[in-house]
Amino acid sequence: MATVELTFSALPAHVRTARLLATAIARRTGVEESLLDEVRLAVGEACSRAVEAHRLHCPGEPIRIELCDDSGRFEVIVTDSAPSDEQGPEFGVPRFDDILGQGPGVFMPGFGIAVIAGLADDVEVYPSQKGMRIRMSWPAAAGGLSPV
Amino acid sequence: MDLKLDHHSEDRLTIVEVEGEIDVYTAPRLRELLIDLVNKGNFHLLVNMEKVDFLDSTGLGVLVGGLKRVRAHDGSLELVCTQERILKIFRITGLTKVFGIYASVDEAKEAHGRDK
Repeated sequence: MATVELTFSALPAHVRTARLLATAIARRTGVEESLLDEVRLAVGEACSRAVEAHRLHCPGEPIRIELCDDSGRFEVIVTDSAPSDEQGPEFGVPRFDDILGQGPGVFMPGFGIAVIAGLADDVEVYPSQKGMRIRMSWPAAAGGLSPV
Repeated sequence: MDLKLDHHSEDRLTIVEVEGEIDVYTAPRLRELLIDLVNKGNFHLLVNMEKVDFLDSTGLGVLVGGLKRVRAHDGSLELVCTQERILKIFRITGLTKVFGIYASVDEAKEAHGRDK
């Protein structure tokens, strides 16, 4: 198994870097071109959620992202250190009448996870008081190049 | 690519041109523009997303926030978008039921004119 690990400060500008990196490694790992947009969006969502959570709870702590090719799959794990009681993707998308009831322009954390659940081929969300871990994966072609 | 924003008015409709990436880094600029337009009395907004390369849930939150603001003034916020990768995120989140989404600015203007 080859793994790339990246830690970054909880700054919105770094989210773009993380998703560009994930897309580049996914391509090298052999993920189909038609899935790369999904990888880019799902990784961006996971990192955005982590950045917002860190800015609220622990702005000095870094966010960690691991990208692995393992058994023909491209796997991404985003781990943060902010306490979370958010729900996993099985709870679905927030209802839009709820959304419109919120303040204008508010951050909608449930949306990010719902989007990831709708995009990634395989998603697991592990919320805890020590932080949230989001693991997602996509099929990678057997002939893909090593990501490192 | 960064985010480029522009806007102009045609009759009662304010067309907001958006180009680039709408994410956690750039979305605050779009939010500020929408707030500013509403504060200046522009309550019928059409956001042209045909040149948007990337949209995430932060961007969706800004659009929903804008919609809520204009609705408070009996206004509207509608979208122009034909890109499948952008439309997909609206479908996943169920927001296709919340926003009017048109294939072109002309189509949206025509529909808006009918609703006057």
